[in-house]
Amino acid sequence: MLQGFMTTLKSILEKPVTIQYPEQKRPVRSRFKGRHVLKRYDNGLEKCIGCALCAAACPADAIFVEASENSDENRYSPGERYASTYEINMMRCIFCGFCEDACPTEAIVLGDNYELSFTSRTDAIYPKDMLLEPVPEDGSPTPQKVPAGAFDRAIPLMQDATD
Amino acid sequence: MTMKMVTLRIDEHTVEVPAGTRVVDAAKKVGVDIPVFCYHPKLESVGMCRMCLVEIGRPVVDRASGKVVLEADGSPKIQMAPKLETACTTPVSDGMLVVTTSEKVAAARREVVEFILTSHPLDCPICDKGGECPLQNLTMAYGSGTSRFIFDEKMRSAKHVPLGELIYLDRERCIQCGRCVRFQHEVVDDPVLDFYQRGRALEIITRSEPGFDSVFSGNTTDICPVGALTTADFRFGARPWEMKPAASICAQCPVGCNIVYDVRREAKSSGKPVIKRVMPRQNESVNEVWICDKGRFVHHYNESAERLTQPLMRVDGELTPVSWQQALETAAAKLKEAGKGLVTLAGGRLSNEDLFNLRELTRAQGGTTLLHTHMGGGEWTRQLGLNQGSNLGSLGNGDAIVVIASDLHQEAPLWWLRVKQAAQRGATLIVLNARPTRLDAYAAHALRYQPGEAAQAVAGLMGNHKTPAAFQTAREALAGAANLVVFFGSDGLGLTGTRALAQTCADLLMQSGHYGRPNNGLVGVWQHSNDQGAWEMGYAPAADLVGSLKKAKVALLAAADPVGDEPALAKALAGADFVIVQEMFLTASAEKADLVLPVAAIPEREGSLTSGERRAQRFYPAVPAPDGVRPDYTIAAQLGQRLGLELEGRAAGLVFLRLAQSEPAFAGLSYQALSTAEEQWPIVGRRDLYFGGTTYDNNQGMGTHLQPVLKAGERPAAVAAALDTELMDAGDNLLVLPHTRLFDQGSLVRFSRLLVERVATAELRLNPATAKHFGLAEGVAASLNLNGADASVIVRMDDALPPGAAWLPRRVGVPLWAPAAAQVKVMERD
Repeated sequence: MLQGFMTTLKSILEKPVTIQYPEQKRPVRSRFKGRHVLKRYDNGLEKCIGCALCAAACPADAIFVEASENSDENRYSPGERYASTYEINMMRCIFCGFCEDACPTEAIVLGDNYELSFTSRTDAIYPKDMLLEPVPEDGSPTPQKVPAGAFDRAIPLMQDATD
Repeated sequence: MTMKMVTLRIDEHTVEVPAGTRVVDAAKKVGVDIPVFCYHPKLESVGMCRMCLVEIGRPVVDRASGKVVLEADGSPKIQMAPKLETACTTPVSDGMLVVTTSEKVAAARREVVEFILTSHPLDCPICDKGGECPLQNLTMAYGSGTSRFIFDEKMRSAKHVPLGELIYLDRERCIQCGRCVRFQHEVVDDPVLDFYQRGRALEIITRSEPGFDSVFSGNTTDICPVGALTTADFRFGARPWEMKPAASICAQCPVGCNIVYDVRREAKSSGKPVIKRVMPRQNESVNEVWICDKGRFVHHYNESAERLTQPLMRVDGELTPVSWQQALETAAAKLKEAGKGLVTLAGGRLSNEDLFNLRELTRAQGGTTLLHTHMGGGEWTRQLGLNQGSNLGSLGNGDAIVVIASDLHQEAPLWWLRVKQAAQRGATLIVLNARPTRLDAYAAHALRYQPGEAAQAVAGLMGNHKTPAAFQTAREALAGAANLVVFFGSDGLGLTGTRALAQTCADLLMQSGHYGRPNNGLVGVWQHSNDQGAWEMGYAPAADLVGSLKKAKVALLAAADPVGDEPALAKALAGADFVIVQEMFLTASAEKADLVLPVAAIPEREGSLTSGERRAQRFYPAVPAPDGVRPDYTIAAQLGQRLGLELEGRAAGLVFLRLAQSEPAFAGLSYQALSTAEEQWPIVGRRDLYFGGTTYDNNQGMGTHLQPVLKAGERPAAVAAALDTELMDAGDNLLVLPHTRLFDQGSLVRFSRLLVERVATAELRLNPATAKHFGLAEGVAASLNLNGADASVIVRMDDALPPGAAWLPRRVGVPLWAPAAAQVKVMERD
């Protein structure tokens, strides 16, 4: 019995392990796979080219992509093609990260956010504007109007945003 | 004729093939894949890409004795060639040994792929071909994974070159195999694509104005082994693996090409499955592996927002949406009232099942069934049409084909292609027309007749009519033909003219006994996909449609738009007591109707069509039908049910069974029979993309010919109708002759926005001498007073046309269906 009290006494002196979530949050591990983020280049253009390889790689069939063609008046991404529709069904997603592996432009990244809750099935489908990261400071939002011929590559080389 | 057979060994297989076969084909036949880029089984081999290099050995022959030298064990001694040979250009020879699995061959393939990829952009993620790309597949299968070439030295070329409004070229992706150039030159003889420059600067260009001016242009995207040629229609539409293929039949003309609708959900259409593209489906007896651009690009109509999805009934003079229940009750009551006064006017777009149920419904009331067409003669194609075993692809040396009054290139492009190829194989082609057509170039005898005198020309061919000497030589050429197929159309003719023509063509066939056996008979170049099916079921055009409609108590119009076609019919229809229209869209007739019933489009339902060659073929549902529409056969059955008539309306297959029981021509046929697939050559399909292109293989059935109505030697039932001659002399007025253009202003074409530039306009073409006589000049706007209505046209000079008449396309907004005398005057400029 004394031994038991000793354990209790000891724990009273220890620092508490519980935190006041959601006010307090623990940092996630470096390889944590949370909610997806669609990345942008520094100038604000989207990295996603709408190739749908993420959707093809997805074992849970959680991703739906529909592509359209960029024009210099309405440019979303540096190449010829961008995702006009990009949806992830978070209820289906198993956070395996295959989409990240499949992405040829490193556009989709599993981020830190694990706070996914919804009250209906349709709310579980995250459209493109919820997945896209905010426009960087020096960038401008998409679609952008760019000078003609500034982007003539099918797929950017990803060395800088003007590829 | 027996072909010399050659036996050779390919790896561990022994294969016997006809002499002259290329090694690559012989290997394919035993399932050995020799990778190719530039070779295509339908094209001449050129050996440009070097991907098909294999080791070939031949038996050693002793020069002195001429005998094959044997090894110690008694097998022939094989001398391997010192270098690799291209399997696509090397014909097989007896005793040959082909090795495709050696390290030497593997190394060659690796290096060829590496070389081809030197300047390939590798933009597979955004390429429309990615996923069904021979280069991608063969690189994965035979490539090395790394390249010794310097990345920064890759060529950079234009990535988005519109060759025409339909096809885009990506010059970086092009591997210069020349399949597209050879297809355009050899297969369809539209030499509008060519190579330009040499070596690394070599590029594909179009030499036509407007760009890539060919009605077969879409096929180049199928055979392109990379994503260099893609269609504008499908650009970035979907990835190939995301789409579900649904087998169907093209309903744009009577050829009945086998196609596949590739279907995928689309966010733009609020998540509904939509048709993303149309691809050919192999059927070597119908369309081989090709389709025309009309079939490929006219598929947007069924997703149009203009589709009717609710029955409409005229209440207080306005068409008001009503429930199906109410609509059917009303229609049934009216049909009952009408009794014999029921006139059912059906269009050739309806399926066999629709036509059958409509016919049964109408007959039960004692009404009349009419076919809405400007072309007669079906009573002859029904009796003398093609039979089981017929295949235009098997016509060749010793056979003859007669094409009369038809511009096949515009009316039925695939028939044009197959007739042309038969002529090139040695068949005697006789083309008769009042004006020059694209088929003349391949004809042994291209004969002209006076506008309207088509029937007389055929009579001349038989020796029953006085004709120029050229007819005499053509007649002699025809005399010895083993097989004879006669195509007749409505170029420059109307209902009476075509009926007379068909009867004379029938006489021609009966005179020489060319009917009742395979590859012999009469083919009508109809306007719609299932006109032949309608004729088979006893539908026929009315001699006096105006009178019939005027007298009708109830006019039931299905897939027919008489009001939109002709002002006279509009007036006549106003005389009918009650008008029921079954349509997809609110056509001019539907607007005037008392009751409009919305129907399902072909991709939304099951059914079967009878092609002009009398081949019944099945189509399958591809996309779900919009809520509220029903197939025509179901509507007829539901009306029948309310009239105490037991008709099948649950499934198209069941209707077809009844049809088979009731019509001798369909006897013994069933959906199972229609969906039997046969082995085809060349081998195409998903696993053989590199070989045959992205054409789909046929697992859903080749269709079946209808039963012969007449056996060889039997005389056909006499057709009583007296033959009126058609208007040929317009007196002081201008004789205007109708002809059919592929891209007309038909009700389905207008939804394909890409085709707008190709759609025919109201252009009056005539010889300059005739034009001068009527005071017309090139490019002027003129007003035609035709059949009591005014129409404005643009005048175009054409030296090739015979003087004395003018030609105007059908379905360009001018109500012209038969030759007509027109008062013409030049319009004042505003």
